[in-house]
Amino acid sequence: MKRASRYWVGGLAILVSSVVFLVPFAFIVITAMKDRKAAALRELSWPTSFHLWDNIMEVVKTRDYMLITALVNSTILTVASVTLLVITGAMVGFVMQRRPSIWTSVANFLVLAGLIIPPAVVPTIWVMQSLGIFKTLHGMVLIEVAYGLSFSIILFRAFVATIPRELDEAAIIDGAGPLTLFFGIVLPLLRPVVVTLVVVQSVAIFNDFTNPLYYLPGNQNATVQLTLYNFQSQFNTSFNLLFTNILLITIPPLIIFVFFNRQIVAGMTAGAVKG
Amino acid sequence: MTDRLNAASAASQRVRSPYSNWFYLPAAIIFGTLFLLPTAASLFFSLTRWTLFDYEFIGLANFVQFFQEPFLVKGLINTLIYGVATSGLKVVLGLLIAVLLTSDVVARGYLRSVVFFPVLVSTVGVGITFTVMMHPTQGVINETLHFFGIKGPQWLSDPWLVLLSIAFVDVWKGVGLATVIYMAGIVSIPQDFYEASTIDGATGWQKFWNITLPLVRPATVTVVLLSLIGGLRSFDLIWAMTKGGPGFTSDVLASVVYKQYQAGFYGLSTAGNVVLFVLVGLIAVPLSIFFNRREIAL
Repeated sequence: MKRASRYWVGGLAILVSSVVFLVPFAFIVITAMKDRKAAALRELSWPTSFHLWDNIMEVVKTRDYMLITALVNSTILTVASVTLLVITGAMVGFVMQRRPSIWTSVANFLVLAGLIIPPAVVPTIWVMQSLGIFKTLHGMVLIEVAYGLSFSIILFRAFVATIPRELDEAAIIDGAGPLTLFFGIVLPLLRPVVVTLVVVQSVAIFNDFTNPLYYLPGNQNATVQLTLYNFQSQFNTSFNLLFTNILLITIPPLIIFVFFNRQIVAGMTAGAVKG
Repeated sequence: MTDRLNAASAASQRVRSPYSNWFYLPAAIIFGTLFLLPTAASLFFSLTRWTLFDYEFIGLANFVQFFQEPFLVKGLINTLIYGVATSGLKVVLGLLIAVLLTSDVVARGYLRSVVFFPVLVSTVGVGITFTVMMHPTQGVINETLHFFGIKGPQWLSDPWLVLLSIAFVDVWKGVGLATVIYMAGIVSIPQDFYEASTIDGATGWQKFWNITLPLVRPATVTVVLLSLIGGLRSFDLIWAMTKGGPGFTSDVLASVVYKQYQAGFYGLSTAGNVVLFVLVGLIAVPLSIFFNRREIAL
């Protein structure tokens, strides 16, 4: 690209991308700062008076501090699911890569099925009810694990291939059993891919709306995404509060984005180049 | 004697393999109970009238209803339109942005961040934001158009436009992922090709058409498959923006499944799930086989 075009194409791209991608976020922030009357105009104008703190307090207090409960629920759900996903996924990815057998082909097929098949909703509720885990947080954790396993296994299997087998053999000669070998030697070496998986899946599970809507109904169990949905009708006339809520639940992904940008992109493009 | 010894040592070796098949078990239990079992059960319960406690076998009646009720058929057609529109746009825009961001244009880091960030934001939040911005008279989009003297369309209340408006928001949110996948693909193309073509006097367009496009094929495969599978299953954005309305004009299979579930028609809802399953399978599996075969031929 020539020197001059480098700048004007860049300038144009900055202008277009700012309008297309930043305006919606600006709209969220600005509306969250306004009072009810100004927000009702739905305008992209600088607020005449600032009410962000009042709005935050009011949103937090709505329905008996539902947002706080939801934040706690979402955090538990995310941390527990991701932990289980890392351990179970890494175990399968490890054995699949190291020991080709009939189970490898079975697992390969199931991983693909898990990626493609949309979950059957009502039968899942039926299974969860008979196990007594419907409408429970631990049931929801297991659902997120079941739906996230395929991605997790693919990522781990690809990465285990880069760890030399000689390390395994050395550990075995030193008397390590399967569990010591995996948890003591291999899992620590998987750290880069663990970080990637944790970041990508945390964002996905924290933002998950559909599955909690089905499997975790009830105000007591609300996750942050559901508060937004529940407040949508209640705040129908108070856009300032609705957008304050959106702003609040956008902050965790924003923090993750700032600190783990590289890992996220690595995780999401994993396997893309080799197909 | 030696035979027995060998057999014993072979057996003990199998038992002592450092890569224990037991490692499959925790994942298999969770995946089997909460994914495979319900999927298998759905094939049966889609053939019943079902209350969760009791079921009555009614054969293919649910599916017959599915393909006769106009609003259910509409949901099926909308699903296809939505899936094709979103994945097509993501491929084209994602590739264009990726080409731009892998050239030596200024402010690449900023541009990449801005394009990618929406991928990480709550879908429901994005849906609500755009619903407010797309308000026909008071929304930011139409007021801006009005400022330039253009009469903006009724984004979310025009039955012909509503699905495409939602698809547009889906692309806005998802194009960043397509972009980074394409960027990874473009970066992995060896520079020699471009240098050789420069010596031969190729124009920028020729380089794009004859080098970049064929060699980012794996990335294209990934983007097409990911966005098609995601688009066909899409629910949360549509639900946050229109709940399938106005009328049934923006209903897709996933929202039909939810509505029938809410209404208590569990058998019909499950049949919807099976239709969605078959649809995704019929599109994704041949597509991936076709793509992979072409790749081997190269």
